Amino acid sequence: MKNERKRTFLLITIPILALFICFNTIPLIRGVIYSFTNFKGFGNYDWVGLRNYLDLFTDIRVGKSYWFTFKLAVVTTIVVNVISLLLALALNSKIRAKSFFRGAYFLPNILGALVVGYIFNYFFTYILPALGEMIGMDALKSSILSNPNTAWIGIMIVCAWQAIAMNTIIYISGLQTVPEDVYEAGNIDGATGWKKFRHLTFPLIIPFFSINMVLCMKNFLMAFDQIMALTKGGPAQSTESISYLIYNNGMSGGQFGFQSANAVVFFIVIVIISVTQMKITSSKEEQL
Amino acid sequence: MIKVKEKANWPVMIFLILGLSAIAFPLYMTITIAFKQPSEMTNSISGILSLPKAWSFENFREAMKVTDFWNSLRNSLLITVISVVLSILIHSLMGYTLGRNRAKNKFYNFVYLFIVSGMFVPFAILMMPLAKQTAEIGLANWFGVVILYVVFYMPMNILLYSGYLVNIPMALEEAARVDGASTWTTYWKIIFPIMKPMHATVAVLTALSVWNDVMTPLVIMAGSDQNTLPLAQLNFQSQFGTNYNLAFASYLLSLIPILVFYVICQKQILNGVVNGAVK
Repeated sequence: MKNERKRTFLLITIPILALFICFNTIPLIRGVIYSFTNFKGFGNYDWVGLRNYLDLFTDIRVGKSYWFTFKLAVVTTIVVNVISLLLALALNSKIRAKSFFRGAYFLPNILGALVVGYIFNYFFTYILPALGEMIGMDALKSSILSNPNTAWIGIMIVCAWQAIAMNTIIYISGLQTVPEDVYEAGNIDGATGWKKFRHLTFPLIIPFFSINMVLCMKNFLMAFDQIMALTKGGPAQSTESISYLIYNNGMSGGQFGFQSANAVVFFIVIVIISVTQMKITSSKEEQL
Repeated sequence: MIKVKEKANWPVMIFLILGLSAIAFPLYMTITIAFKQPSEMTNSISGILSLPKAWSFENFREAMKVTDFWNSLRNSLLITVISVVLSILIHSLMGYTLGRNRAKNKFYNFVYLFIVSGMFVPFAILMMPLAKQTAEIGLANWFGVVILYVVFYMPMNILLYSGYLVNIPMALEEAARVDGASTWTTYWKIIFPIMKPMHATVAVLTALSVWNDVMTPLVIMAGSDQNTLPLAQLNFQSQFGTNYNLAFASYLLSLIPILVFYVICQKQILNGVVNGAVK
């Protein structure tokens, strides 16, 4: 009887584990191996040792893409979390048609990022400049996507438009875990407005805050669809995210080996950030 | 206590209604441009905001032809449905096996941690080797994409399933075993149906990610002259040229299936997404 159970579990685990290894572990190892070669994606290749890695740190284009990706991720994460928290507080207060509002505010999240990007592309290219003409604001008269200094803002807006929907819903479910009597006790102590939020509500929803931080950082560091739809990395390579650069130069630019090294470094960066975030937030939660 | 209908907070409601315009405007714009003719497109704000002169479906007919809409839709549906079904069957089984054994058995605990840590692996590092690998073994097609989705969402879904399993008492399985049922039968007859709420969560999360994913089909199916809906948008972008009306008709077409799905299953989708993120 016991043996039957053991055998069944083993027969389930082995094929599924094999599938996972085939399409996750093996490609990962192959990626690491390619990173030590000068492979172009076709033909012969030689071992080049650590040269790709050394070149990474002096490559201006790679450096620019890291700067852009982190700027986008950090700024968008802050913007998204501030707006989401405000919206969640509003949606959780005493309002009519609560479920309608919640449903409507979640809508952007289910739409495909690529098509959303195309729609906003038109908005930034034609509608916003037309608005700039009308109100006589010079900054808006030309498309923000065609200016290397402002193109990232366009991408930030599109990323935020979709992510706010998701984070708001998570904050709402956090706010619903705050028991009513906490507020009643707070009212007796005379806590109002900002004070009530800062000292009562926020500490209780910190776990949800950390979920949102992790979710945001991870998604925005891997931004790809939005770039593809809005700028294709331009103008003047000012909006190339790391994923976009690896795809573009690795798949069709003859830099298979070099971009594999880039991908390995990117992987390590993601692991470090995720582990650090989890450590920080779990120590914060313990303090409560 | 007498329950009094609480007064609505009107300033907050006005704030929320104004906020909705940020969501409604891009959609309004998409719909009106999709119905307009190129001659109706002007560069003034009033022209942009105006409604189309006639509600003609000509743009949609043309967009369907250009993007091979029905084939792309069929591929997207096929990939999504099969990925979701396989994910529910395979991931729940694996989540059950690992969840039940990992506390006592080092091997299962290792396998669990090994698979779950796959969550940290960005697609960027797998993309180039996978493009090569799938081409080598003849999987550079929609079925290869399905297999990859089953592998990519395995870490997250196993985490969800084995987390849910903690709430299901062992006594249920033990009772079945006393009655002589095999482990395999016990799983499908008793455990699988009990995990129904988690199946819903997994289905929603997997379906939304698969349906909207661009990168995997782009990298894997690029040479197969088959498209998914997002891939069709990407591949035919150059053919719309400056005919934005056609382009927007095509955008709207590709959004309609997921919008319909959302209207019908809104509650399940919201629950699924929250469950998935919070657990």
